[in-house]
Amino acid sequence: MSDADADADAEDLVDGVLDGDHRALARTITKIENRAPGYRDLVSSLHAHTGGAEVVGVTGSPGAGKSTLVDKLATRYRDRGLTVGVIAVDPSSPYSGGAVLGDRIRMASNIGDMDVFFRSMSARGQLGGLSTATGDAIKALDAFGKDRIIVETVGAGQNEVDVVRTADTVVVLVQPGSGDDVQMLKAGILEIGDVFVVNKADMDGVRTTVSDLQEMLHMRDGTTAVDAGHHGSGMAVGTDGETTGTDRDWDPRIVETVATEGDGVDDLIDTLTDHYDHLRTSGELDRRQRARHAEEIRRLLRSAAAELLEDELDRYGGIDALVDEVQARETDPYTVVDRVLDPLVDCIERSED
Amino acid sequence: MSAGQEQRTIRCLVAKVGLDGHDRGAQVIARAFRDAGFEVIYSGLHRAPEEIVQAAVQEDVDVLGISILSGAHNTLIPKVIEGLKQYGAFEDTLIIVGGIVPDDDRRELKEAGVAEVFGPGTPMSETVEFVRKHVPDR
Repeated sequence: MSDADADADAEDLVDGVLDGDHRALARTITKIENRAPGYRDLVSSLHAHTGGAEVVGVTGSPGAGKSTLVDKLATRYRDRGLTVGVIAVDPSSPYSGGAVLGDRIRMASNIGDMDVFFRSMSARGQLGGLSTATGDAIKALDAFGKDRIIVETVGAGQNEVDVVRTADTVVVLVQPGSGDDVQMLKAGILEIGDVFVVNKADMDGVRTTVSDLQEMLHMRDGTTAVDAGHHGSGMAVGTDGETTGTDRDWDPRIVETVATEGDGVDDLIDTLTDHYDHLRTSGELDRRQRARHAEEIRRLLRSAAAELLEDELDRYGGIDALVDEVQARETDPYTVVDRVLDPLVDCIERSED
Repeated sequence: MSAGQEQRTIRCLVAKVGLDGHDRGAQVIARAFRDAGFEVIYSGLHRAPEEIVQAAVQEDVDVLGISILSGAHNTLIPKVIEGLKQYGAFEDTLIIVGGIVPDDDRRELKEAGVAEVFGPGTPMSETVEFVRKHVPDR
């Protein structure tokens, strides 16, 4: 496809998305996922039309009931006259790159209702690309005019944590009777949760799980206070010293649900509303969005710079040639980096003068 | 440079439609597609044609594979095709059917817009190759 074609295509898609055309929205998300020609312009044009949606991130271990809960959440939102967008992220095979995306199976309550726009995405193993792609897809849904957007992902690794952090409110799902779940929470998910849902609350062990959670959340608050005393910066989870940690004025809530029956889902929605109101009135919403935008700029800059450097590497005969030198102990990685970077540094310093 | 590397991945919807509770074949083909590097969305059992259409449109799949063993293909598949046309998604979706379909019906389905019908015993590699070769260029 020529550049001119891509431009015309992108314009049509933007008009389509703003017009409420489902096909255009679907096609836009595909372009975002594929990083197809013109996708940057597409997302750029949509940005001005975003900011209307409340974004909820749902995470938890496999089998905790995320998809089922998301299905019921979407239904209740629809009952309240709201339109819903869902992005469900599943892992992809590191070997073939393929994936079976099964979250859609659970979306049984919203049959034929096009006002629930459900989209499966796979982690295609791209460098920091998953959170970029989901973030951009959220923008597309937002610009389309969805009132609520739900992002669902397995809470397994840093990639996934980055994804849910693109949400305004983060919901962490736990099921009773599995000590492992609470173990997993220690590994970084605990810090980002605004609302904790103990799903399958009709099973044994609910009380234990709830009290375990309460205890851990209590400890989390304690740790935060100590940290703040020592470093004065709160919980700096972000990579570049951005304070994107938890909001200390909000006490994380615990909600019990039975997603298969729809029990407790209204409570959950009320809690989500409370949290969003809190975000708005406390100024935290603004702060989070700023942190997110800063992170986004940095991420895009990093990946653009990485591409630029790949080109630069080619001018030095490609990475293999440089590796050969290092391998033969003729030089070392630090020297190589200096050699590749020095001309760029010169360029920047010269333009400063 | 700044446009980045395009990462085109073939997306497929493997769908079970109607009152047909046998999805071993659908699951096997879903795995074969995954191993071929495709992204596969599996619909689950007992889906109505409208659900298949909704999923195909929203997921923007390149390939729609309908598995049907109940014999109701002449009723259900045209409904799916009709729905896709409504959303302007028929032209660039490759529709393939797997299952038990008599020869006479195959002709009819192909006239209606099905690209190929794969009967029992078709090697997985044949189906994967067919998809690779005929996936809509868009």
